Amino acid sequence: MKTIFFLLQKEFRQIRRNKTILPIIFVLPIVQLLILVHATTFEIKQVNLCIVDQDGSAISKQLVHQMEGSSFFKITASTFSMEQAQQQLDRNKADMIVRIPANFSRNLMQQKQAPLQLIPNAINANFATLSFNYLTQVVQSFNKNLIVEWSGALSPVPIKHISVQARFWYNPEMNYKWYMYPGIMVILITMIGMFLSGLNLVREKEMGTSEQLNVSPMKKHHFIIGKLLPFLIIGMFELVLATLLGRLVYQVPLVGSVWVLSAFTFVYLLVVLGLGLLISTLAETQQQMMFVAFFIIIVFILLSGIFTPTESMPLWVQQFNVINPLAYFMRVLRMLMLKGAGFANLLSEFIYLSIYAVIVLSMATWRYRKTA
Amino acid sequence: MDNDKSIEIHVRNLVKKFGSFVANNNLSFDVYQGEIFGFLGANGAGKTTAMRILCGLSHPTSGEITVAGFDVYKQKELIKKNIGYMSQKFSLYDDLTIAENMELYGGIYGLSRKQIKVRIGELLEKLQLTDRQSTLIADLPLGWKQKLAFSVAMIHKPRIVFLDEPTGGVDPITRRQFWDLIYEAANQGITLFVTTHYMDEAEYCDRVSIMVDGRIDALDTPGNLKNKYQVQNMNDVFIKVARPDFFSQQYTVSSSHLNNQIN
Ligand SMILES: Nc1ncnc2c1ncn2[C@@H]1O[C@H](COP(=O)(O)OP(=O)(O)OP(=O)(O)O)[C@@H](O)[C@H]1O
Ligand SMILES: [Mg+2]
Repeated sequence: MKTIFFLLQKEFRQIRRNKTILPIIFVLPIVQLLILVHATTFEIKQVNLCIVDQDGSAISKQLVHQMEGSSFFKITASTFSMEQAQQQLDRNKADMIVRIPANFSRNLMQQKQAPLQLIPNAINANFATLSFNYLTQVVQSFNKNLIVEWSGALSPVPIKHISVQARFWYNPEMNYKWYMYPGIMVILITMIGMFLSGLNLVREKEMGTSEQLNVSPMKKHHFIIGKLLPFLIIGMFELVLATLLGRLVYQVPLVGSVWVLSAFTFVYLLVVLGLGLLISTLAETQQQMMFVAFFIIIVFILLSGIFTPTESMPLWVQQFNVINPLAYFMRVLRMLMLKGAGFANLLSEFIYLSIYAVIVLSMATWRYRKTA
Repeated sequence: MDNDKSIEIHVRNLVKKFGSFVANNNLSFDVYQGEIFGFLGANGAGKTTAMRILCGLSHPTSGEITVAGFDVYKQKELIKKNIGYMSQKFSLYDDLTIAENMELYGGIYGLSRKQIKVRIGELLEKLQLTDRQSTLIADLPLGWKQKLAFSVAMIHKPRIVFLDEPTGGVDPITRRQFWDLIYEAANQGITLFVTTHYMDEAEYCDRVSIMVDGRIDALDTPGNLKNKYQVQNMNDVFIKVARPDFFSQQYTVSSSHLNNQIN
């Protein structure tokens, strides 16, 4: 037990004297959070609509009027011919065709529902999805009985897309930055955790200092704890920094409890620090460690649902995400910060991450070799 | 060697293979308590490999080996409590001070705070570094670093100390001081297992073994070895054992020349 104290004292002294670690702790998060949030935000400022009103009734005009009234949409063309509308789309003059079929108002009156066709310019699928979702909101507020039909380059949107609307529900100003910010926070905490712990251990191997420790009766788990704790503290500090920065710069709310957020970050950090250590027990050089860690981080990030909810991803991605701790933390952070989910709602995620941490840390301890 | 001295390191038929390459080929020797045992051999002969096995840092392929009375296969951690090791590659923390390095290892070997303080004081005084204890290791000259590494290996007063080329790249005066430290440790009853490429240092050892291509080809006191090979110094012994062909052709001229590395 006393050994851990001496090992920790050593790590903190080294961190204090390390000239590169301070910029990593302070500058990296600020740059990442401020720049990446902008770069990854496809918030929609203006969607150009081409209206094909084949109904020409009072109701259809009212609907068009409502779209015009929304700050997101601008009607750049109106025509009666679908061919002309298609040309608008092809020339990038319009982002979406809104076709109100003939008999729209009659069907609406008689059958209490009527189809409405939206054809987005789907070159940028994300933009299209978002435009679609925005417009759906407008239409729904116009008349809950309208059925919006989705067609065009994208495949029909399944019922699942209702979850996208749920996002707007908790993000009423449709502030995409709010959606992205927790995601970028997850990336930040993951990178800091994996690299700081992993590189630190491999450097000891490279320098030969770990050999001097290995020839001592030091316990392996003491060593791992000594490598874990300092970076756990740094990671928790990053969380505080990121939360404050989000609040100050983007007014990102933290609806949920600070304590629940801290508890989740704590176990998540154990997972990523453990992964960093595990990789570094297998690597011989810092280069090897970096390569493997980058590979894992990138795969985890891209499949984690940072840009789009995982529910709308292929089944294999959803299956993969069972072993992707990032996906869990991403979901938890969004639910916590934007929705204010309570601990009880997130209990299964907490148990999952805790088990993950125990497994990864045991593996790292087991894989660390005092005898080569 | 005197028979009343107990055996500290017992090695029978030690074999270490890396794949099909045999780095240690059937080594057998004993090292007695309190002696300075010189472990000689050309570059790549397999000295470090054998030493790391004795220290519990590497698994042997086969052989019967005990160190400080403990089995190398099953009691590695007990061996580690009783030995000190100074690796061929310098391995103190560059970004910690002299005293901080000592404190760390004192703590790891389970010394109390008070014991650590006393021990640091003793060691620094012996090295005449008391006023430099807050200097970072990175800022020290190599000779001092090596002496410090030896002191750190001795911090817990081990029974056996393994030194792998402790004086490599160090000036003759510092080497002399280093050997004073080794003698002092031996006088306290500590067993020293030393590798070196300097043959004048081999003369200082109680017994030496000479490894060639993974085998031990000679093992005796320096005096007996010189008698056996009919030469004046350990340098000649080494070359006769390691390169018999080389000796017969051209060695006669250079022998005194090579011996002038120290003194
Ligand atoms: N992990 C390893 N894998 C494969 N070969 C190894 C390994 N370690 C050492 N060797 C080989 O074993 C042989 C003996 O190496 P060793 O380091 O024991 O020699 P040495 O006597 O200490 O040499 P030096 O005087 O240069 O320190 C060398 O040929 C080396 O390349
Ligand atoms: Mg060697």
